Amino acid sequence: MIESVFTALRSEGRAALIPYVTAGHPHVDSTVPLLEALADRGADVLELGIPFSDPLADGPTIQQSSFRALANGMSVARVLEDLSRFRARRDTPVVLFTYLNPVVRFGFERFLAAAVDAGANGLLLTDLPLGSDSALEDAVAASPLDFIRLVAPTTDTQRAQEVARAGSGFLYYISRTGVTGAQSELPSGLEAEVRRIREVVDLPVAVGFGISTPEQAGRVGAIADGVVVGSALVRTLEQEGVEAGAAFIASLRAALG
Amino acid sequence: MWNREPESTDMPGVTESTEAESGRFGVFGGRYVPETLMGALDEVAEAYRAASADPVFQDEFRSLSTDFIGRPTPLYHARRLGEVVGHSAIFLKREDLNHTGAHKINNTIGQALLALRMGKRRIIAETGAGQHGVATATACALFDLDCVVYMGEEDIARQALNVYRMQLLGAEVRPVSSGTRTLKDATNEAIRDWVTNVQDTHYIIGSVVGPDPFPRMVRDFQSVIGYEAREQILEREGRLPAGVVACVGGGSNAMGIFHAFVPDAEVQLVGVEAGGMGVESGLHSASLAVGSPGVLHGSHSYLLQDSDGQVAPAHSISAGLDYPGVGPEHSFLQDSGRARYTFVTDDEALDAFHRLSELEGIIPALESAHAIAHVLAEGRTYDGPVVVCLSGRGDKDVAHVARTEGRGELL
Repeated sequence: MIESVFTALRSEGRAALIPYVTAGHPHVDSTVPLLEALADRGADVLELGIPFSDPLADGPTIQQSSFRALANGMSVARVLEDLSRFRARRDTPVVLFTYLNPVVRFGFERFLAAAVDAGANGLLLTDLPLGSDSALEDAVAASPLDFIRLVAPTTDTQRAQEVARAGSGFLYYISRTGVTGAQSELPSGLEAEVRRIREVVDLPVAVGFGISTPEQAGRVGAIADGVVVGSALVRTLEQEGVEAGAAFIASLRAALG
Repeated sequence: MWNREPESTDMPGVTESTEAESGRFGVFGGRYVPETLMGALDEVAEAYRAASADPVFQDEFRSLSTDFIGRPTPLYHARRLGEVVGHSAIFLKREDLNHTGAHKINNTIGQALLALRMGKRRIIAETGAGQHGVATATACALFDLDCVVYMGEEDIARQALNVYRMQLLGAEVRPVSSGTRTLKDATNEAIRDWVTNVQDTHYIIGSVVGPDPFPRMVRDFQSVIGYEAREQILEREGRLPAGVVACVGGGSNAMGIFHAFVPDAEVQLVGVEAGGMGVESGLHSASLAVGSPGVLHGSHSYLLQDSDGQVAPAHSISAGLDYPGVGPEHSFLQDSGRARYTFVTDDEALDAFHRLSELEGIIPALESAHAIAHVLAEGRTYDGPVVVCLSGRGDKDVAHVARTEGRGELL
């Protein structure tokens, strides 16, 4: 399902736009209308974050959105309810993005089944890298969900190939060593790094971490199959609300051609 | 798996352990970290494997343990404490007499030597009470390494003296204002720094927590406590102890003293967690006693969490025990029945802080006072000698205790 989105876009000659939002942020009731607005304004795939109390791969913006969402009363069950309400209205693929502990606590197999029922298409677990837990990794791989896996600048080429073979949907390339967060500059050497990865994997490669402007999105879109934008969107939602966030995504979509 | 003997019982060094193959203790442990760190963990594990097999590294670690840290530490027969407890053979393993005043230095010297081998000149650490931060800053001063210590704002307020000690030693102390503003969030922030600066930075984790290889590596560097204590009690009493008691936050002093005794089935291993305001109040740090298994800070272990898998805030009067997780090997020892974990409240620990000061002329760290409190309450039930790990001295806690007891600000 997700890979077919990339296949279709590749024939159009443009990269996929993949916005990230934290469920329950900025308001507990904003998630469904926000996802609809993003889908309508140019998102090709949506990443929906299930908030966690200790988001150690995230920078201050997404940390704060997670704390806010939890204070708003967001829960794993509520995220799945919101997702199924969204799914009744739009077809845009959704990747659930979270940390291991809330999923383990919910019950890992039970979560996978509930996510499929709710209409999720993929799952990304930031703290379940390749080789960390074969039982959990095999369970995701055996589920109908695409298993979105990450490759970092510190991942050597051989491991990148293994990660890609163990994943599906697309491969998420982390543009820099560090946590999530908008940056004023793209890392130097990003283009060569993305080329290094794309040469050795078959999956589409989406690039994320630090992309914050239409200009940056356009440049990354020229070298990758997908562009993930999280913190810059979450910051806009925090400061200016849902409509401004949707307008921001429209501006990124325009920059991708 | 547990039958490994030290190469030499007089001053055991660091030897590789068999958990290296799986990175796990039973079902606990593992490497649940962002992909960016996987290469660095392989690098640390390989450097540690090579160092463990290198006699030059072993010799350097041992000679610094002797000449810089001040090992071996005494095993002290606490007679007046014993009279109060109603037990004639209570012994204190005096880790408070180490340089910098706690067991933490055993690990930071070992890991700083490892960082030098890896060519990493920048060191980061998290700290709760500040003892690990001070011990890390000390090792970095000794080896001329850059040092950044993450510390929660609440702990900075509780432990002002240790903040200044770290600064005197040349470290930068970065306040952490997110989340609970204590050890848990200082650890999150240190991991974020490591993810960002992994190419030139080594993260000296202060306890037997985090992703593999840290729990087994920190345990090994601390295992000198138990190997010394085992030999000392055999020499003095001609027998093994009935009980070995230590406080448990993350659990490094406890793992350090337990390790040598794990194969001795007749020795009870007792970990004492922070019961805070009482476990029924919800304000405590008793992860093993009342928590449930989950994943935090890169490993699978018991932790305090709510029904939705969100990590619950911990509480303890002692900043060093104020942590919602615990080392994975403790989870394994609990589930396998080899060790028993209990807890004492803030008030019991405070009482023990005073009692040991008055009875023995030893002011214990509030963390270590939890182990003393257990002995005060249950010491008489042990049928044989009891060895208590006095993990640190209480100088750092004097101002905090005075404030808690309404004596105003001393500093």
